[in-house]
Amino acid sequence: MLAFRRRSDVATTLFFFLIVSSLFPLGIGPEPAVLSSIAPGVLWVAALLAGMLSLTRLFAADFADGSLEQMLLAPQPLALLVLAKIFAHWLICGLPVVLLAPIIGLQYALPNDALLVLVFALLLGTPALSLIGAIGAALTLGVRGSGLLVALLVLPLYIPVLIFGAGAVAASQHGMSSQAHLSLLAACSLLALVLAPMATAAALRISVE
Amino acid sequence: MNINWFKYSSPQTFYPLAGKMIPWFAWLAAILAVAGLYIGFAIAPTDFQQGEAYRIIFVHVPAAWMSMVIYIVMAGWAAIGLALNARLSAMMAQALAPTGAIFTLIALVTGSLWGKPMWGTWWVWDARLTSELILLFLYLGFIALQSSIDDPRRADRAGALLALVGVVNVPIIYFSVKWWNTLHQGSSINMGAAPKMAATMLLGMLIMALAFWMYTVAVALMRVRCIMLERERTSDWVKELSVQGIAGVKS
Repeated sequence: MLAFRRRSDVATTLFFFLIVSSLFPLGIGPEPAVLSSIAPGVLWVAALLAGMLSLTRLFAADFADGSLEQMLLAPQPLALLVLAKIFAHWLICGLPVVLLAPIIGLQYALPNDALLVLVFALLLGTPALSLIGAIGAALTLGVRGSGLLVALLVLPLYIPVLIFGAGAVAASQHGMSSQAHLSLLAACSLLALVLAPMATAAALRISVE
Repeated sequence: MNINWFKYSSPQTFYPLAGKMIPWFAWLAAILAVAGLYIGFAIAPTDFQQGEAYRIIFVHVPAAWMSMVIYIVMAGWAAIGLALNARLSAMMAQALAPTGAIFTLIALVTGSLWGKPMWGTWWVWDARLTSELILLFLYLGFIALQSSIDDPRRADRAGALLALVGVVNVPIIYFSVKWWNTLHQGSSINMGAAPKMAATMLLGMLIMALAFWMYTVAVALMRVRCIMLERERTSDWVKELSVQGIAGVKS
């Protein structure tokens, strides 16, 4: 839980999420019908961007003070250590967003069952965001302009999660079952859970040598 | 007989070979392109539904095909480069990326030029258009990552890993984007069913695809020669080459 020592990261992520999702009603107008129809997409995009903000710091501090090299040399498999790092990142940056989302969903006039689906979808989907993002963070470690680069690398890969996540909420708004979307979202997360730690470990070995 | 598979895997031996192959592929590309365009614009019948505007498919469809093929080939080279730690494979991947990005852009632009008279709109958020756009983003990400890392070996390997991650994701992205299948017509060429288009149209398209393919090979080889010279500029064979080049100009 070392990441938690820097509380400002959590606060930044949360405030970013809050501000971005509060800007949309100001730009679009306060009609509840319009807001609730754009809510799934807006909230998911905001969550996506908020999670990405802190990605560059996922390995940066460890890289700077050399503990990343210790991790590379450690007897434990690197993928496992990386998975722990990613899990910590999700707890710090993903989970708060999940918990905050229903409150913002209320501002967007989302009905209760859609709110429930939103939380559930975020809960299933945000781990995939942290996992995929870690690959980008590891690849751009120590590269100049890494913040922008991470966005360019990672955002296209986030698209399936965005589609299924927003689709689940939209489906429940239209009175349909969101089960198919949620299953696919879970599938994305599980696939990322298997492949992303290995890819991240490989990327770290490339970046630190 | 013992074939040395790796004879041309070093830049020093590949450089002259690539130089010899470029004219062949370039001429093939030119001839095929002329033939394909002739078939496309002069021989192929006018489509009874779409009129003359459909003729843009002779550029659009081959470009879209090539954009996907090049990404797969690029990822393949990247994988070989990563697995065997081969310099040349990584250089090939790097050389292919800009061509792939250009074909993706051509496919997008010609597609929207065709979409305006046919659908009445430049752009629709349909599965194939969107995944082509995302493919462009993937190409740009690859190029950006490679160009922002100074150490070429690290750039190669980081880019290779990104290409592999991308190639795993492309089908996932494609099927996820397919959910809003809106205006785009079904695939014109279907492996299972008989082609719905006239044989001459298909022939023109295939010849154009071959022409693009040859063009890709020629351009990638040219680019890889430049990359080789740039990376190996301190090595003996490049110095020799430049001495020879100066001597050749003088004589």
